[in-house]
Amino acid sequence: MSLSPNRWLLKLAGWSAIGATAALVGCGKKEEAPAPVAAAPSAPAASAPAPKPEPLKIAFAYVGPVGDGGWTFAHDNARKALEKQFGDKIVTSFVEKVPEAADAERVFRDMVGQGNKLIFGTTFGYMEPMLKVAADAKDVKFEHATGYKQADNMRTYDSRTYEGAYMAGVIAGKMTKSHTLGVVGSIPIPEVIRNINSFTMGAQSVNPKVKTRVVWVNEWFNPPKETEAAQSLINQGADVLFQNTDSSAVLQTAAKNQKLAFGWDSDMTAYAPEAHLASAIINWAPYYISAVADVLEGKWQGNKASWWGVKEDAIDIVSISDKVPAETKEQIGKIKAGLKDGSFVIWKGPIVGQDGKEVLKKDEVADDKFLGGISFYVKGVEGKIPGK
Amino acid sequence: MEALALLLAATFNAGTVLALAGLGLLINERAGIVNLGAEGMMLVAAIAGFATAVTTGNDWLAFGAGALAGALLAAAFGLLVIWLNTNQVATGLALALFGAGFSAFVGIGFVQGKLGERPRFAVPGLADLPFVGPAFFRQHPMVYAAIALTLALAWFLYRSRAGLVLRAVGESPESAHALGVPVRPIRLAAVVGGGALCGLAGAYLSVVYTPLWVEGMVAGKGWIALALTTFATWRPARLLLGAYLFGGVTMLQFHLQGEGVQVPSQFLSMLPYVATIVVLVLISRNAAWIRANMPASLGKPFFPGS
Repeated sequence: MSLSPNRWLLKLAGWSAIGATAALVGCGKKEEAPAPVAAAPSAPAASAPAPKPEPLKIAFAYVGPVGDGGWTFAHDNARKALEKQFGDKIVTSFVEKVPEAADAERVFRDMVGQGNKLIFGTTFGYMEPMLKVAADAKDVKFEHATGYKQADNMRTYDSRTYEGAYMAGVIAGKMTKSHTLGVVGSIPIPEVIRNINSFTMGAQSVNPKVKTRVVWVNEWFNPPKETEAAQSLINQGADVLFQNTDSSAVLQTAAKNQKLAFGWDSDMTAYAPEAHLASAIINWAPYYISAVADVLEGKWQGNKASWWGVKEDAIDIVSISDKVPAETKEQIGKIKAGLKDGSFVIWKGPIVGQDGKEVLKKDEVADDKFLGGISFYVKGVEGKIPGK
Repeated sequence: MEALALLLAATFNAGTVLALAGLGLLINERAGIVNLGAEGMMLVAAIAGFATAVTTGNDWLAFGAGALAGALLAAAFGLLVIWLNTNQVATGLALALFGAGFSAFVGIGFVQGKLGERPRFAVPGLADLPFVGPAFFRQHPMVYAAIALTLALAWFLYRSRAGLVLRAVGESPESAHALGVPVRPIRLAAVVGGGALCGLAGAYLSVVYTPLWVEGMVAGKGWIALALTTFATWRPARLLLGAYLFGGVTMLQFHLQGEGVQVPSQFLSMLPYVATIVVLVLISRNAAWIRANMPASLGKPFFPGS
């Protein structure tokens, strides 16, 4: 085989490209929790001694590894809570690292084939694949996180992460010395923009001088990129960082630079205790428990959207550092109580956009439709939203 | 000015990962072997280094473990492609995929691993100078080691007898063989040495740069390092500059975003490869350029009997 150098180089370039693609696509690894293969009686005879009902089989599809310490980790903790709550009435399994692409459909079909009757898909990108599989598997119930499309046997659920972001903002506003906050954004969709705005509004409520700089990495999970983004925010004067990405890299970068930061989705104290101010966490367990209870009791209904927050114990801010003054901790307690009983609303006018125009008039309360479509920065956030 | 100094500092730091891996691949390719498994070697080395750092608390041992892991994988690759004459491209890709899976598998227990407080470094006397202090003299020793390594490698390749032999093996293994040079052992040595450097880069990434372990954390830096060797036309000094350039582009992109200027990061992720293809096209158009730069027997198997 004697190729001329030119040809050979081109060939090399081609192979490299294929290799890079293969590596990026990755291989969805499958890992199931030890599932007791309870040989359920297929046709319980009338004389059988108290036939145990077949356990409800529940499957979870995760976008990241369960060990990400963030988003997927939180979902998996809730899965474990389900097992604790319902014991042998259910059997759960999960598939991690399911890419948000055509592969997801195959995974969902697999789950149906394995006899699962309730399937949770925990990322936005599963919306279309789940919808497709739901249309073919009418006897299976589908729960999709963060989406907006429903069907008779598919419903959506989400958590009001912006409430946690707001409370983190209150702490950040109090703790910043440079009055510059930095946010590492993932993908510029309304959910994330809403979190950045809420974080900024929380900070401004205690420190009107605060400005927020945002850097987008356009990925949910890429630790080196998150590190680089966090480093550049610190280089530009941010002394308190916040992130809407899934790993603990931002927190660790803050620690390395002796700055402060937050945990997101899961409690991240242990990663960098000296830099950690608090963790805005999502607790999916209350929703998962209620969904499974619905199925077990035959009350489950499709075509429904749930959006749970502090009120339903789905959102919380935990492990607040000793560095945070007691009065701020007290204030956080009040905000939490207010969110719980409905006496406090975060998105209530007057709220001014980045361009100085009022987006919510005085005392006007944003409804969920407004919140679901936020595609502007509030005043105090610097820069532009990509693609705007 | 302060921000610019810090941007430069971050650039050198980002470039060091690419430079270490790129230099390793450059040694490989100078000996005529192309190893597409850089990403896999870096991943395995990243977990080896991270696990060592967590268990022993010693970063230097961690670098050693990373280099060793890279060298071992490279040795396996070398035996396959040099003695068994398997296809280098296919074997390298297999190594990349194997490394990704294997590192994820052995790293399960370390996903939540915690390193002790990260040490900070400063060059005495120089670190407190205005501008140049924060820009150049507060780096991890590995950043300077990468520069020293570049110079050493340039000297080795162009000024030492052993380097001449290495290049001869890469240019024309048949001629080298006829002169009594042990082609296969030399190629293996180059592959193992290159693997050790890739391993060092992986360990630097997980122990110093990010610093954490999650599967797939190298996130494409191994492929950029591969592109870099071509981009640098197989010259160590150019490779180091290229590494800083690619590192700088990444950091500048985030810096601009923070300043409110939007540059799509997707575009910049693509840039190193585009730059490499441009260089490929440029050097491929000119036969003399190729002769001057590209190891003539790159990627070709060598059969001593023929």
